[in-house]
Amino acid sequence: MTKKMWKQHDLKKHYDIVIIGGGAHGLATAYYLSKMGVRDVAVLEAKYIGYGGSGRNTAILRSNYRTEEGIRFYDQSIQLYENLSQELDFNLMFSQQGHFTLGHTEASVSGLTTRAENNKALGVDSYMLDPIEIKKMLPEIDISDHPRYPVLAALYHPPGGIIRHDAVVWGYARGAEQGGVEIHNLTTVGEIRTEKNKIKGVQTNRGFVSCNKLISVVAGWSSDVCAMAGIELPFVTHPLQALVTESYKPWLHHVVVSSNLHIYLSQTDRGELVCGGGIDGYPHYGMRSTLAFLETYAAHVLELFPVLHNVKVQRQWAGLCDMTPDYSPIISPIDEIEGFYVNGGWGTYGFKASPASGYNSAQMLAQGKVPANIAPFSYNRFRENRLVGEKAAASVSN
Amino acid sequence: MSFMLTCPNCGKRQVGEFTFRGYFKSRPQQSDDFASWTSYVYFNKNKIGKQWEWWNHASGCQRWFIVDRDSAKSTDHQSVWFENRKTLEHE
Repeated sequence: MTKKMWKQHDLKKHYDIVIIGGGAHGLATAYYLSKMGVRDVAVLEAKYIGYGGSGRNTAILRSNYRTEEGIRFYDQSIQLYENLSQELDFNLMFSQQGHFTLGHTEASVSGLTTRAENNKALGVDSYMLDPIEIKKMLPEIDISDHPRYPVLAALYHPPGGIIRHDAVVWGYARGAEQGGVEIHNLTTVGEIRTEKNKIKGVQTNRGFVSCNKLISVVAGWSSDVCAMAGIELPFVTHPLQALVTESYKPWLHHVVVSSNLHIYLSQTDRGELVCGGGIDGYPHYGMRSTLAFLETYAAHVLELFPVLHNVKVQRQWAGLCDMTPDYSPIISPIDEIEGFYVNGGWGTYGFKASPASGYNSAQMLAQGKVPANIAPFSYNRFRENRLVGEKAAASVSN
Repeated sequence: MSFMLTCPNCGKRQVGEFTFRGYFKSRPQQSDDFASWTSYVYFNKNKIGKQWEWWNHASGCQRWFIVDRDSAKSTDHQSVWFENRKTLEHE
């Protein structure tokens, strides 16, 4: 008989730490907490684990960011990802196939060059390529001056790549379960109770649970959850769409991103092309896909890869992105309520951050101190007008 | 999700013709403290449900107006000119 990767537990009356949200970030937080010896932990997930952004992203990993804060943080994430299959004893199908960011205007090429130099200075492998070199690695790309936005140069990032996102969720869930953490699916939080500015617990559809510490790790739904504690966030929730084509023989061996054309694509081991674009231009909590996205994506990708003119799209979907004003996340205690923490604001760049986000959140919860790597991502920076401008946060400019 | 948005000038049009210009918030006074300004500039209710928003009919008449829209089901919305915003049901 096959062994279940995680069990169904009865909800206890009290936990040391309650994590709201069973996505990659919440489960990674639970996993690293259990590794640090903190085992009285419950993960409360309203639907099923990996229902939200963790199962809806395009699974691209990279650390070629622009700011020092961003580069250090995402580099830590990539390093954790590199050892994760072994650590979790679960095949995550991580493929470090290299990551192209194409520049089609002088402004974008100068931005990419800045990123390459900032990356090198911090020890992240990242450098510029000219169109001839690009063509050698991506034979199907059109580098002529024929398209509306000809390819001028690319930022190439060898450690970047793709991974199987569901496996990351399941791997962390199994690891957390083995470490003694309880994962509760179909458990909705309807109320957050505080007493004298201190966290008391949460009212769920399965009864009241008290806790010493509570962390909200619900990305697109953060504003709604934090409003239950009376905390307002600087987020705006936009849908982000993606699509997957039918399987084709292997032809695309690297992740390709174009910030000017607002598209990115990669080919999975099964041969499907996983494609994504920019966020929908208006806030929404619905996750229905649009024809407008499909049309725009198709028109733009054909400028780069005319060879795709006959491919068939299999599925299209959307996920929710909690956009922040500076494109950097919040991983922070909330001063107004003792014992309440927020991990959110992951916009379009959350999945690649899961291990570092979980690791640092776990340290923050276990030790009650904010680790240096996430200190720049405080909640108070918006109150104090000290933003961390991470314009390279999304692989396509928003 | 795609939907038809109402422009008070042009009527119902594809949402792609419009640009979302942020949530409608009351602007603090110049004499107000720093916190009310950072709150005004950066923070949002970002509710699942109805709230007031600024929209601009960018590919149409180019006018700006206020929409009281449900962020979970956009078919349910009301559009008015800024000066008529008090006629909306709630804030």
